[in-house]
Amino acid sequence: MEIFIQQTINALSLGGIYALLALGLAVVFSIVRLINFAHGEVMTVTGYGIWFILLSGFPVGLAIAFGVVAAIAASMTMERVAFRQMRGADVTTLLITSFAVSQIIQVLFQSGISARPVAVILPDWLTDSIMIGSVRIGMVSILSIAVVIVSLILLRLILTRSVTGIAMRAAAEDFAVVRLMGISANRVIATSFAISGALAGIAAVLWVATRGSVDPLMGAIPVLKAFIATVVGGLGSLSGAVIGGFVLGIVEVYLQAFLPEAILPYRDAIALSIIVGILVLRPDGLLPAASTNRS
Amino acid sequence: MLDVASLQVRYGAIEAVRGLDLSVGKGEIVALLGANGAGKSSTLAAISGLTPWAGDIRFNDQSLNGQSPEAITRAGIGLVPEGRRIFAGLTVAENLLLGGAVHASPAELRRRATQMQERFPILAERRQQKAGLMSGGEQQMLAIARALMAQPKLLLMDEPSLGLAPQVVEAVFDLIASLRDEGITILLVEQNVPMSLDIADHALVLAQGRISVRGTTAEVAQSDAVHGAYLGL
Repeated sequence: MEIFIQQTINALSLGGIYALLALGLAVVFSIVRLINFAHGEVMTVTGYGIWFILLSGFPVGLAIAFGVVAAIAASMTMERVAFRQMRGADVTTLLITSFAVSQIIQVLFQSGISARPVAVILPDWLTDSIMIGSVRIGMVSILSIAVVIVSLILLRLILTRSVTGIAMRAAAEDFAVVRLMGISANRVIATSFAISGALAGIAAVLWVATRGSVDPLMGAIPVLKAFIATVVGGLGSLSGAVIGGFVLGIVEVYLQAFLPEAILPYRDAIALSIIVGILVLRPDGLLPAASTNRS
Repeated sequence: MLDVASLQVRYGAIEAVRGLDLSVGKGEIVALLGANGAGKSSTLAAISGLTPWAGDIRFNDQSLNGQSPEAITRAGIGLVPEGRRIFAGLTVAENLLLGGAVHASPAELRRRATQMQERFPILAERRQQKAGLMSGGEQQMLAIARALMAQPKLLLMDEPSLGLAPQVVEAVFDLIASLRDEGITILLVEQNVPMSLDIADHALVLAQGRISVRGTTAEVAQSDAVHGAYLGL
């Protein structure tokens, strides 16, 4: 039973990170129809940002804040420099642009810092575990779950209480009509990238805290998982992205924990088969986005 | 107030509007009539900045050339789009809020939203309901109220009666007439020719992207094209 509780907490922790990343992808996709594969590099920027600030001798709180702000800045810069010029282009062009941005950032880190991982030394209290009853739980897992919950609540408040947030939800339905309300397209899109960047930054903090290192390809696998989560949840659906993230996290962790050792090498194949099974049963995802009309 | 000269709208090889000229004076209702595909909606899309165009469009003597849809709305032109295009997943209150969002302070927005809900009591009843759950007529009222939230000087209305029950259609036309009486200038695109001619001051009939008839509503109603084709006389 203790193992099950431990693994459930691990699953929620990992699922929460995937959910934040998937939500970041979905926020942008729902408005500009772009699957931003450079979203992983936003995570990498955060990782190196934390590494750099800690290396400079500043406290961990400042490093985390700097990392998240760097993620927001990186995401908004990508939009301004690369994606704004491609606005209105077809999905394939947008996809290739995002791969190009991803590659450029990876190479910059490989050439500018190192292709090898660099260690991020975090304080002991963050890497320790605590006993709750007879269950040992990592601080990072507990923090991950708490941070994910707070982030989702904050995002919900932004999307339902602020004019820009409501405009973002409206833009996901019909962007042209949002512009007819006199609301600036640039503002809505830039805000969506800023929110997406913040979510990637928060996810990266949790990811780095779990791994203890940063490397130029750090974001590649998580963004792929986040993409799978958004598809499982329903492409363009924000609630779906969150559900998809948690489903993926739970499937991965439970399979790792409970599969017999002889079958363990097939873990990823089984996990992906489950995902394919979900999509066969629900081709539009678990919580499909509302149908959109666009001019 | 609105002067359109030599307007051309193309979609690839298709020329939807071919050198259209029209003027709408302050406080008027001008009806733009015609069959499906005549170029009516393309004309409104061009004026509101939703589609590229060639020619000249001036609003209060200011050229709209190169202006974005948001800038055109801020200048005082509102659009009630064809098919209503309300934000179905948002509540009625959120739809109204977005309608006036860039023009007003939060207090002013609340005041305008209250005004709209007094004018359209159904919107007050459904305030917190998802807009997509309302009937077609209610959605049309919301689309009009949303456009009015910005207090436009010129309101472009694209087929506001399309797909509505006859009683609702009457209510919509009564509303359009009352908006004109309040001083709002209206360019009305419609296929309901008799009711449009009843409330409009001037009318134009479009056919294949060109104006085939123009004049006062009486003149247009008496024209052979309209008399036979649209009024069934």
